[in-house]
Amino acid sequence: MATKKFIYLNRRSSFGTVYAIESLEVVLIAAAFEQDVSLAFIDDGVYQIVEGQNADGIGMKNFSKTFHALGDYDINKLYVSAESLEERGLSADDLMPLVYEDEDDDWVEKPSIKVVSNVKLSKIMSEQDVCLSF
Amino acid sequence: MLHTVNKSSFERNSLKSCLNTIDDTSVILLIEDGVISAAKNTNASMIADLAAQGRVYALQGDVEARGISSKLADNIKLVDYAGFVDLVVEHGTAVSWV
Amino acid sequence: MKISIQINEGPYQHQASDTAYQFAKAAIKKGHEIFRVFFYHDGVNNASRFTLPPQDDRNVVNQWAKLGIKNVDGEPELVVCIAAALRRGMLDESEASKNGIDANNIHPAFRISGLGQLIEAGIQSDRLVVFGD
Repeated sequence: MATKKFIYLNRRSSFGTVYAIESLEVVLIAAAFEQDVSLAFIDDGVYQIVEGQNADGIGMKNFSKTFHALGDYDINKLYVSAESLEERGLSADDLMPLVYEDEDDDWVEKPSIKVVSNVKLSKIMSEQDVCLSF
Repeated sequence: MLHTVNKSSFERNSLKSCLNTIDDTSVILLIEDGVISAAKNTNASMIADLAAQGRVYALQGDVEARGISSKLADNIKLVDYAGFVDLVVEHGTAVSWV
Repeated sequence: MKISIQINEGPYQHQASDTAYQFAKAAIKKGHEIFRVFFYHDGVNNASRFTLPPQDDRNVVNQWAKLGIKNVDGEPELVVCIAAALRRGMLDESEASKNGIDANNIHPAFRISGLGQLIEAGIQSDRLVVFGD
């Protein structure tokens, strides 16, 4: 099967609507198709990968831990808009420490999250074949 | 690329986010409530430069449905659904700012 | 060209399904192939065979059904995400009987399947266009 570049555009936070969790469900399925997968977190989407989410008080499932599994599925390109973080008073240190083991580099553990400028993000997006928005 | 924006810029930041990450060759198609940003004397100034380059389209049915046909900002190109299809075909990957 | 569509919202609440339908109709008229329409999130509600809009309004579900989007084997290519559908009480005959529920509500022009069908649509089609809120 042909390989295409897929990007998942996430612009909403985790719990207010269903989009975040159902986007993650697609990403997990997508892993089985051996495509080139990138995730973009823009606007309130950055809150999906903030460290320390606790859903106990709202009676909903906390799926944020699932992001830690993405590295095992070779999904290790999580691009976060630097401007979106800054607008929300957040920095890279506020995000979950998501990592993957690089098979091309003696399985060294590397960060999956890359904080990038909107200019860089625009370049990354322009290289994609399919953009799924949630 | 073809970027579609379907929300009024008075309600959501979709158009702003789209403009933040659009590259130099992509075009924007305003659909549904997104066409509100194409009306004169509104937030259309956000897209004035791109429109002047001929890179902003609005879906005619949505413009007419919202009663703003006579109030369109300069250089906005109107397309029907067939024109929407042509834009998707011509501009490669479609990005929806839903 | 082969074009696929993802719809994230249900009928009547949002314009997404209406816009997607007009787009699909125009694409077919221009000679393009709609490879698949994938209904996700609340979009699964577009597949209910029980909607009864007033007579002077459009019938969103029937509009889709009438487009007759099928594959070479004659199976519908109006595909409803199974996980999103079950969560929202949208069941076909097989899922209803499997789960001991005495009714099913998926319109026969649609079929239930997995999320892999969305990824596959992205791989197989020249374009994938998302309609949502």
